[in-house]
Amino acid sequence: MIIIGELINTSRDEVEPAVKERDKDFIQKLAKKQEEAGADFIDVNCGTLIKEEIEAMEWLVKTVQEVVEVPLCIDSPDPAALRRGLEIHEGKALVNSITAEEERYQETLPLIKEYDASIVALAMDDGGMPQDAEDRIRVATQLIEDLSADGVPKEDIYVDPIIQPIGTDEKMGIQILNSIDEITTKYPEVHITCGLSNISHGLPARSLLNQTFVLLAMSRGMDSAIMDPLDERIMALITAAETILGNDQYCANYIKAAKSGILDV
Amino acid sequence: MSKLEKVTEAVIAGEVEQVADLTQEAVDAGEEPSKIIKEGLIAGMDIVGTRFKANEMFVPEVLIAAKTMHAGMEVVKPLLTEGESSSTGTVLIGTVEGDLHDIGKNLVIMMLEGAGFEVIDVGIDVPAKEFIEAIKEHKPDILGLSALLTTTMPAMEEAVAAVEEAGLKDQVKIMVGGAPVSKEFAEEIGADGYAPDGSTAADLAKEFIA
Repeated sequence: MIIIGELINTSRDEVEPAVKERDKDFIQKLAKKQEEAGADFIDVNCGTLIKEEIEAMEWLVKTVQEVVEVPLCIDSPDPAALRRGLEIHEGKALVNSITAEEERYQETLPLIKEYDASIVALAMDDGGMPQDAEDRIRVATQLIEDLSADGVPKEDIYVDPIIQPIGTDEKMGIQILNSIDEITTKYPEVHITCGLSNISHGLPARSLLNQTFVLLAMSRGMDSAIMDPLDERIMALITAAETILGNDQYCANYIKAAKSGILDV
Repeated sequence: MSKLEKVTEAVIAGEVEQVADLTQEAVDAGEEPSKIIKEGLIAGMDIVGTRFKANEMFVPEVLIAAKTMHAGMEVVKPLLTEGESSSTGTVLIGTVEGDLHDIGKNLVIMMLEGAGFEVIDVGIDVPAKEFIEAIKEHKPDILGLSALLTTTMPAMEEAVAAVEEAGLKDQVKIMVGGAPVSKEFAEEIGADGYAPDGSTAADLAKEFIA
């Protein structure tokens, strides 16, 4: 499971002032904690700082990379902010995100190629957000085919089927699970990721829904998530699920995790 | 429990099946249609809105309550005399140009309708020009603008500017919302108000009308 740590995002109350004031210590601690908890990428998003986003992105990438070994997930809908982040990022970054919207696709594609980055591909196009499994499969297929034709290796593509709340549509969960299934069957090399917690928006006891959803989605082929790696319970469940799904040779990782105490949650 | 209280309770409990009968009973008992709407149906949604904000009710419950209120409305609306309106006011709402998100906007619509507003939904990816045309056509009391992307927030600013240029700023109050939007941004671009969620949007709309 490829964990993309989501905590460095200026839409979170305590992060925005830290980025604005260039609080290096706060950001570096938050990055380090996520890496130690098992994040494979550290997401950096400063989109709420309109007009200062580009400079803030540069500072974030530099500041975070000073203290972590794992690569970053450079997160912005603005190609100019993505470019600045990629320019100074060391190693192979993940870009969040491209869509099948014509203009956004054309503006983002050259960046991925120039900096040899991996890419999160959101299953939406100029027609809007996907409504059902069919929309998700159709748009994901188009994105995978177009990106491949444009020279992006399939292993570098992280399809995000777009998680919408089951609170407004009780069939949303099954629609998403079915689309994950179909996309991974068709394209085994492609990764599937998602913003996990959207599924439970507007409902009580959200963490139970998030935990259950991640396990069901993993069983259908999802192999990545944009989430809070400091949530020990969900991390332990993911470790156990990997073992059950046959992705843990000799159950070595599970045993190691148990001995270290991180499963005692 | 009075007939009106029963209607209110049905809305809160989301009893879509029963609400039409209960509303009809109130009509048969001689209650004024406008009173049934205000003190029965909308009163129920007011309580739903309050409980939603207090985390005592959740999105699917609000959805079913709104549906229940509409089912009750179907019974009383035809009975209103001419000149009597069932609506608190009219809100024209849409997601700004370049932005295709609609879930947040739809939740806001649900809460506004629950508060008794008539809502005209002009959809997603709406250019400033189309907002202006729609305002001229529908003459709403309030314009609601949604943006979910930092890259489309400038389009929100353009829409507000277009309203001003068209000389319509005195006719409509503008409220804005969406994940990256803030109170400061709303003030900066000259909107009249900002709401972080659906029930706050409904409260704000009521303030505008008052």
